Amino acid sequence: MTERLEVRFKKGHPDARAEYIRSKIQDYLSIPVSNVERVDIYTIDAALDDGQLEKVRTEIFTDPVTQESSYSPLASEFDNAIEVGFLPGVKDNAGDTSQNAIGDLLKIGFKKDEAVYTSVQYRVTGGSREDAERIAKELLSNDSIEHSRVNTYAEWKQGLDIIVPKVELGREPAVKKIDLQLDDAALEKLSADRSLALTLEDMHVIRDYFSKESVVEERKKVGLGDKVTDVELEVLAQTQSEHCKHRIFNAMIAYKDGATVEKVDSLFNTYVKKSSKEIEATKDWIVSTFWDNAGVARLNEDWNYVAKCETHNSPSALDPYGGSITGIVGVYRDPMGTGIGSKIVAGTYGFCTGSPFYNGELKPRLHPKRLLEGVIEGVKDGGNKSGIPTPYGLTFFDSGWIGKPLIYVAAFGIMPREVNGWPSHTKEIKPGDAIVMVGGRVGKDGIHGATESSLEGGEWITAGHVQIGDPFTQKKVQDFVLEARDAGMYKYITDNGAGGLSSSVGESAEFSNGCELHLDKVPLKYAGLDPWEILVSESQERMTIAVNQDKLGALRELADKHAVEMSVLGTFTDSGKYHVIYNGKTVAYMGMSFLHEGFPQMQLEAEWQPELEEEPSLGEVKDHAALLKSMLARENIASKEFIERQYDHEVQGGSTIKPFIGAANDGPGDAAVIKPLLDRKEGLAIAAGINPKYSKIDAYNMAALALDEAIRKVISVGGSLDHISLNDNFCWPNSVYDAEKNPDGKHKLAQLVRANKALYDYTTAFGTPCISGKDSMFIDSNIKDKDGNSHKVSGLPTIQFTAVARIADIGKCISMDAKKAGDAVYVVGETRDELGASEYYEMLGHVGKNVPVLDKNNARTVYKGVAKAIHSGLVASCHGCYRGGLGIALAQVAFAGGLGLHIDLKPLKLDDVRALYSESGGRFVVTVPADKKNDFELAMQGVAFTHLGEVTGDARIVVTGAGGEIISEDVSELKSAWQSTFGWW
Amino acid sequence: MVKTIIMTGYGINCDYETEHAFRLAGSETDKVHVNELINGKKRLEDYQILALPGGFSYGDDIAAGKILANKMLANMSAQVKQFLDDGKLAIGICNGFQVMMKYAFLPRSGPQEATLTFNDSGKFEDRWVYMKSGGSKCIWTKGIDQLYLPVRHGEGKLVAPDSVIQRLKDNSQIVLRYCSPDGSLDAKYPLNPNGSTDGIAGICDETGRVFGLMPHPEGFLYPTNHPRWTRESVPEGAGLRLFRNAVEYAEKELV
Repeated sequence: MTERLEVRFKKGHPDARAEYIRSKIQDYLSIPVSNVERVDIYTIDAALDDGQLEKVRTEIFTDPVTQESSYSPLASEFDNAIEVGFLPGVKDNAGDTSQNAIGDLLKIGFKKDEAVYTSVQYRVTGGSREDAERIAKELLSNDSIEHSRVNTYAEWKQGLDIIVPKVELGREPAVKKIDLQLDDAALEKLSADRSLALTLEDMHVIRDYFSKESVVEERKKVGLGDKVTDVELEVLAQTQSEHCKHRIFNAMIAYKDGATVEKVDSLFNTYVKKSSKEIEATKDWIVSTFWDNAGVARLNEDWNYVAKCETHNSPSALDPYGGSITGIVGVYRDPMGTGIGSKIVAGTYGFCTGSPFYNGELKPRLHPKRLLEGVIEGVKDGGNKSGIPTPYGLTFFDSGWIGKPLIYVAAFGIMPREVNGWPSHTKEIKPGDAIVMVGGRVGKDGIHGATESSLEGGEWITAGHVQIGDPFTQKKVQDFVLEARDAGMYKYITDNGAGGLSSSVGESAEFSNGCELHLDKVPLKYAGLDPWEILVSESQERMTIAVNQDKLGALRELADKHAVEMSVLGTFTDSGKYHVIYNGKTVAYMGMSFLHEGFPQMQLEAEWQPELEEEPSLGEVKDHAALLKSMLARENIASKEFIERQYDHEVQGGSTIKPFIGAANDGPGDAAVIKPLLDRKEGLAIAAGINPKYSKIDAYNMAALALDEAIRKVISVGGSLDHISLNDNFCWPNSVYDAEKNPDGKHKLAQLVRANKALYDYTTAFGTPCISGKDSMFIDSNIKDKDGNSHKVSGLPTIQFTAVARIADIGKCISMDAKKAGDAVYVVGETRDELGASEYYEMLGHVGKNVPVLDKNNARTVYKGVAKAIHSGLVASCHGCYRGGLGIALAQVAFAGGLGLHIDLKPLKLDDVRALYSESGGRFVVTVPADKKNDFELAMQGVAFTHLGEVTGDARIVVTGAGGEIISEDVSELKSAWQSTFGWW
Repeated sequence: MVKTIIMTGYGINCDYETEHAFRLAGSETDKVHVNELINGKKRLEDYQILALPGGFSYGDDIAAGKILANKMLANMSAQVKQFLDDGKLAIGICNGFQVMMKYAFLPRSGPQEATLTFNDSGKFEDRWVYMKSGGSKCIWTKGIDQLYLPVRHGEGKLVAPDSVIQRLKDNSQIVLRYCSPDGSLDAKYPLNPNGSTDGIAGICDETGRVFGLMPHPEGFLYPTNHPRWTRESVPEGAGLRLFRNAVEYAEKELV
């Protein structure tokens, strides 16, 4: 029996959520709607009697003070009803909680095919049926995860069907055996038909392996023969995917620059890893880099910290909410699965999308504004509900991302250096240990997430990999894991991410050299999954643990306490074989060495062919104050406080430097500082640097400036070069040359080579190692215009560097807001004629030539000088000059402090526009108490710095340029220009 | 020595800093999973103070705090009643306050007569707010006039029939009200961050021993938690005073 319970707020109790939707309908779609009523619907598909139904209605689903409810439709008057619910199989977190709550209250168990499903009905007054259809499609529902229906009042009056989104696969699971003795065309078709993203060469390698006599003989013994199973083929596709193997970063590249050709044997080994290894030799605080799920470094003598930044781009393009919540909750599992597991103490975000104000010709599936709102919401629920603060993040907008956004998510954890005498950053599996999976159940969600990351985005993307993260389940898993770790119940843990069990068990099995995995022991969300689907499904919130058989009982008891589902799936072995069994029959049997080493290196060509632009000639600026205000209001500079206010950035109690700070708590902090151990004084300063616009001129400088930005941000609050660790995240357009499909592929690959060279050059110069990172190599999409013609849109070559600075004593941290009238104002570092690809040029429609070039030695001297001055207590405020240059930084320092500035630009020896808006790297705006000026200048000997003026008490910015006073403006005017672009959205 | 039990599990997530607060205030502490109280491995009677920390129990699905309240009601109401009858202390912070309201041991035991619902903004918000205390019988806020603490919630608007609000006033059970920095009580959004009736941020029961509030006192245990500590002098984490009051009371009356 299926019952449909409707719940709504009573008269006199307005529903804030409904009003929020009403105002969005107005803002987004300009449809005049006078009222929206929200009805929450719980579809209970379970055998409950009348008494039970009444009990759950009153005691679970209805607030006695504010709400009313009924199992028949609640009466009201409206024009159209829009109902939105999940498609079958999509994770319904509130539905799961409802089921739990009913089970607890009635003390009953739900049968296998019983469930509760949630949906929402919006009853809209005003607008036509067509308007309602638009509201449903463009605002309230997303057809890759949800169904929606629109009914007029008259139709609603007739009564609506009850929708039960139950998954009924209605088939028996089966294993296919595939003959690989095929010609090349058929092999390529096989790879394409199954979305394997395997190349013809890969297919040859696979065919050759399975044709080997010795292999066939062995396989016969376990009931297989000379054919490959679909399970094996899928596992190989996962392990060879770009996502798991980073084949482009490990390719052999012939890099041509002019007449010279250089062979690069693996970008990763030649630049990224080489840099880290070299720096590791000189820094004793680096603990573990690159091999594990996240990097590890020293926090203090007793604790290490763990850091990892990931991207979750393709899924976020399809379902921004689901993509970003899965991204943030997923990246938390990286530190959780590093070493023997850490406690997550912070998360951060970076949202790179098309302009939210885009009104061009192209019609992406979701407008960038809607996409941005979705990803903001996803990280909000993912972070807040996990009890993990989100104290830092950034946004960047560019038209290259209107089809496929970059969604960066990072997680930071801490763990004791030793747990019961075991170094926590190491792990161990002994043959015979049980393969244990804890957390969520497995369904069809997320199948082929890893292989699809090896393909460009477009209409073909299947909804198969859409998932919705479940922070509630994962929070329980985190609590459980930490307790099990401290009780010494295991020495190996890893997460189930891309590739699901196939990757997590496959990679784990390398530690013991083999595994025997029983797929029929995997708990499923619903029946009917084929074995290969169980193995590669990326269903979320799962960790894989290797457990000594003697400890299984105690571990299970602990899992029960935490209400965490735990399954024993088999054993790790030393057989040298990746052995998978389903209902007693072998379905995969492959050599461990073949799985991870048997495939050819890609051979790629790169050719540096820059388009040389010229510097534009600029007209005279008539009104510098107006110019400054329009620069402050630009979407890549304006305040995004509305995002951070929705994120709990203080939970866990260690919040030290908040994302928005200053006299009115609304100035842009350079970096967040947290104190992860409440009874200690060490802290972590966290920030990120990104500025892909410079790639329009040279990706080498783009990479250098992103690194410089990240480093300056953490130095501004109190970090120093003594200890800064980095995560590098490359997001690149397709760089594999194809005469037809990707004619400029060689140039894009050359940009990638150059960015890697910059990474090596600058990280080694500064002694700031990358301890982890990731690359995402297909930032391209195909988008239709209004006439239905498809256009390929590619993202700019982009690196985000995420920096973590260890702070020895958080009491010495400082912030960016001007503190006191009379303080001296300096810019430290050199301001040069570097407006190439700047915000100012972009506003005028230019690119230019003079991209900022970072001088390694000067920058290092500046970083050290500023850090020393801050640590010596000589600095009242410090703020980096980033996008928009010195003018923006000065305005922010002033309005964050609620104070004025008197500035003289003449000592900079540049024209006014270049002085204010050049984006030269390596610069800080610093204010110094009047009585410490001499000490400061003494401390800065050998460092380029310029005294620009004073902080004033009159709350006006007065700027003198070459020809006299050019700006005299109230700081509140500047602040409001900076805040008004987004406001509270 | 005073012993405080910090409840954990099912998505509670401010347990770490809440436990730290009670330790700083001089109490022994135990973090105990809800299920350990239900299965009898731990007993409320061994403690003098019960803390229900903030968090997202059951993901805030259906209604914040409701499902955990139901779980406690169904499985441990006898020991909770005994604990309160014994004159012991309890605090519910944010999600813990939501649990208390929906469990209905605030404002008093019996049928639920007040609730916490969605913020007027329709959004979760993290911001610091000023509060005025004064005139209540709450032992947790003794000697405190004004407070400045962070709120971090999406469902913090207190709603109750006028008669209930009047009774709370008459009985001196309204403990904290949102106010302007200068202490005036007609605070509008964002000073009143959620549109709560009469700006109510926290209430206590008829004894003054059971206290629930939306803001996070455990989020301000150190001067460096204050949003402006780099520009203003902040002598101490003001949130700590609430925990000290409770531990001092328990030391005197309950140990």
